[in-house]
This record gives sequence, C-alpha cells and structure tokens, in this order.
Amino acid sequence: MPEGHVLEFTGLTKRFGPITAVDDFSARVEPGVVTGFLGPNGAGKTTTLRMLLGLIGASAGTATIGGQRYAQLRHPLQTVGAALEASSFHPGRTAANHLKVYAQAAGIPSSRIDEALGTVGLADVAGRKVGGYSLGMRQRLGLAYTLLGDPGVLVLDEPANGLDPEGIKWMRGFLRELAAQGRTVLVSSHLLTEMQQTVDALLIIARGRLVFQGRLYELTEQDEFSTVVDAPDRAALTAALDAQGIGYQQVRSGLTVPGTDTATVGAAAAAAGVALSTLQKRGPALEEVFLDLVNGARTHPSAQVGADATDAVEQTAEPLASADDTSQTGEGDQR
Amino acid sequence: MSLMNATRSELTKQFTTSMWWILALVLVAYVGSTAAGLAGTFGAVATGALPSSGGGMPALPEAILPPLIYSLATAVGYVFPLLIGVLLVTGEFRHKTLTPTFLATPRRGVALTGKVLAGIVMGLVYAVVAVASTVAPGAGILAAFGIDTQLGETDIWAMLGRMVIAFVLWALVGIGVGALVRNQVGAVVGVIAFTQFLEPILRTVGGFVEQVADAVQWLPGAASDSLVGASIYTTLGTAEGSGASLDWWAGGLVLLGYAVVLLVLGHLFSWRRDVA
Repeated sequence: MPEGHVLEFTGLTKRFGPITAVDDFSARVEPGVVTGFLGPNGAGKTTTLRMLLGLIGASAGTATIGGQRYAQLRHPLQTVGAALEASSFHPGRTAANHLKVYAQAAGIPSSRIDEALGTVGLADVAGRKVGGYSLGMRQRLGLAYTLLGDPGVLVLDEPANGLDPEGIKWMRGFLRELAAQGRTVLVSSHLLTEMQQTVDALLIIARGRLVFQGRLYELTEQDEFSTVVDAPDRAALTAALDAQGIGYQQVRSGLTVPGTDTATVGAAAAAAGVALSTLQKRGPALEEVFLDLVNGARTHPSAQVGADATDAVEQTAEPLASADDTSQTGEGDQR
Repeated sequence: MSLMNATRSELTKQFTTSMWWILALVLVAYVGSTAAGLAGTFGAVATGALPSSGGGMPALPEAILPPLIYSLATAVGYVFPLLIGVLLVTGEFRHKTLTPTFLATPRRGVALTGKVLAGIVMGLVYAVVAVASTVAPGAGILAAFGIDTQLGETDIWAMLGRMVIAFVLWALVGIGVGALVRNQVGAVVGVIAFTQFLEPILRTVGGFVEQVADAVQWLPGAASDSLVGASIYTTLGTAEGSGASLDWWAGGLVLLGYAVVLLVLGHLFSWRRDVA
C-alpha cells in the first residue's frame, strides 16, 4: 500500500504584478483523512495547488510533499496524483492512449492504464476519443490519471464539477476509501455543502490568506446552536416568548431562537398554553460560519489571526496614547 | 532514464492523434505530384519530345535533372517538418496538456529535450516519406525518357542524406518557434507566411539587388538549400541570386543555429514560465 505524505505549506506567497494571489499561506495536510480546501472563486486555491505541484513558481515560501519539493521527487506520478482541470486532453486521442502518454513519461507499467480506467468506471469507453466525452466522463478520466502511479498523495481541484448526483456520491465514497487506506487526500471546492459529507479536515482560504485550519467540527463553537419553533397560532407563540424575555427571529418556517435550548422554549410555550407544531434544535449553520470567515466578519485562532487581532488592538490604542502624550506635553508647556 | 521516458511519451503523443499521417499524406501528394509533373515536363523538353519555348528558357541539360527533381522534397517540402515541430509544442498549449506533461516530467529542461529527441525522429520519418515521394516517381519518369537517374552515383545519395539532415533541422526549428510563440494558430500562420511568402520574396529581391543577396544567404530557407546543394530555385536562377551560396556544411550550421537559438529563447522566455 502506498504511504501518504504530509503536505506542508510554509509562508507560501504568489504575487502577479501588483496583485497578491496567495499571501503568506502556512498550513499542514495530514495523511489518512480527506482534507477539504475551501474558498470562494478567486481566493487562491488553484494557485496554491499549482505552487505545490511546481507548475507555478512561488514568490516566497515553500510547499513540500513529505519534506520534498515536487520537482525533487524521484517518481512524481508514483508519489502524487493530481487533477487540476477537466479539459487537459487532446480531443482526438482515446482515453487509453491519453493515459499511455503519461504512463510512459513516468515509467509506469501499461497494465496500470486498464486498472485505473476500470477503477473510475471508464473501462467500456477506453477506446473512444476524449472529444466525445461528457464533462463527467472527463472528470473521471482526470481521476484515472491521478491513480496511474498508485500514489500516496492525491490532489484534486474541484473534482465534483460536472458530476451528476450519482457521480458525486461515488466520488465521496471513493475519496474516503483512499484516505482510509492511509493516503493523503486534498480536495478543493468553493461549495461547503459539497464538502460537508466528505471531508474530515478543512483548510479555508479567502483573498489568498488562510482563515481556518482544523477539523470540520472545530469550525463552530459547540454552544452555537438555536431552536426552531413554530405554532399554528404564531401570534400567541411570539407573545409567550416576549413574556419570558426570549429573543427570536421570524423566518419563513417559524421562529429561530438563538442560544436557547428546546426545553426552555417548550416550557415558555406550555406556560402560555400554546400548542406547538415544530420544536427542534438546529446546529450551527456551517455555511454561515464559512461565509463569515471568508468575508472577515469572523476570525478563527487556527489561522494565526491572533497576531492581526493584537495589531488591531494596538492601532485602536494608539490614538489614546498619543492623546495622553499631547496632554502631557500640554501640561509641560503650561509649567 | 527519465529523458528516455519523456521521449517515448512525446512519440506516443505524435502517433496517437491523426495529425501526423494527415500531414504525411499531404506531403506525399504535394511533393510527389510536383516531382512527377516537373520530371515529365523537363524530361520531355530535354529529350526533345516537347519543343522548348525557345526565347524563354533554354532546355535544361539532362545531367542536372535528377538532383533537381529529387531535391524538390526539401525545396518545396521543408515546411512539413517545420509544421510538425511547431504542432509538437503548440498542441500542448492549445489543449492545456502542459499540466499533465509537467506533472509527469517536472524538470522542464528534460521535458523540452524529450520533445527535441522526438522531433528528430519525426524529422527522419517525414524525410523518408518525402524523399521516397520525389525519388520514386521522379526516377521512374526520367528513366522512361531514357535519362540517367543517377541513382548509382554516390553524389546523389550524399545529397539525399543531406536532405534528411535538413528535414531533422527544420523539425527542430519548428519546436523552437512553437515554444516561443505558444499560440498554435499564430505559429502556424507565421511559419507559412514566412516560408511561403516573405522569404521567397526576399530571395527574389536578392536576385536583383546585390546588397540584399549577401543578407539573403543567411535566411533559413536559403541555408537549407545550401545544405542540400541543389534546388529548383538555385537551378532556375543563379546560385548567387537565390541566396543559396554557402557551402553545404555552412548552410547546415546556419540552420542548426536557427534551431538552437530559437530553442534556447523558447526555453528561457516561455517554457519555464508558470503554467496557469
């Protein structure tokens, strides 16, 4: 079984002219779990992955695979399998020949071609030209390319693009299986919902900077929950909550009561004699947490934003200090 | 080791799409029909079967006909190895296959050297096809007119060998152009415009203006004709005027120089760039 390697990003930075696409990005990706690499379009995900793979040169910092830069790997395709875009094909070449080209370049025995095509479910169409493939089939062929060398590390950029629901479900199971075998699996996406059921660990990038790194469950505080409640007589329910001083928000499906458990809300309704139609606890909305992290409304200590936070405090403290200074000099003048 | 792998991979790329045999077919049709047509015309005129147009062109002596006909493979066919070299590189940019290529062969210099070695093989393949397409019909038709085909002479075989070298060098020039230009349509249109219009015009001007003639001999097409040592252009004009006035080895070195300079520039300014 191929062994997974730790992927390490250290102060990785890429500047395109005046634009900093990736800014001092430091993170670590462990083997044995599926790690999601999440961020909105244009956040720097693809640039970061391309720097890891030696396709783009870093302006500063390093990205290593098991301690080595990609270009230093003795057998790159046998160490890292990467699929970056769904269109890296000559349309006039068959799928089997497409893989043969790269198997030869990497010194991989040609028996692996059929195995890889079989694994992704393309064995029947291996002899067809890729130009006639659907987007979903191209995604699978991209995946077959990553598996050619049976590598311990898989790097996939938006692999679910163009897959039908069945394909997405298959992809999820497949990635989890690869990780369970001890491989390192790094998968990028701009959709958290797409990732939620697949990944164990998460890196979130926004405007080129890391804003979160950790396990999926660490994304939210455990006491961050709310209760969703509704009654046929909604006016009576709101009156009951008002009477108890419980804050709520009106939503289409009822009322959302943040930070209060179901027992308290139920008791308040019972005290007022209101019959309920809905009473349920709702966990924190990952999507909202994600969006808050991305737009900077929320910060997470895992992203080393602590330093930035202190900077902010010092900056706000400065005017006070200078005000003191002026008052002191003012006093000095008076004397 | 990895260079051998990269070269095999490049050759597989060439032979798993249809471009190579489509170009080869067009090459056979183009130089083959030109050779057959000219062998028939000149052979008929030289033997008196057809009257010479008198005041226009004097009948060509029989002895120069075989090299003239055989060398059509390079004189009119050199654009084919040039194109295959260009396509060998620009196809990667066009189909965005540079990403998987560089993932499999991360050292860019090795990847480009693999293309150069594959280009040499492709140049040889096209050379064999082109030489066969001019020699077979040309010699057959000349023999039919009772003209000596000269295929028993070492001079002719030396010339055929120099034509093979010219084809290989043109493929390498194409790889250099492709690496530098990147855009497939731009590169193809560029080499066709240069080889079919710009250089022929300059060489024609060189035939009339002495100062231009000195410069024209360094043009790649003129250097190629110098290397081969015979060409429809040099035979019908004066060797001086058509620009093919270098020694054969000097012509070869000039063409090699174009290939090396273009490859080095392509490597430095394009091949090593970020692949986004």
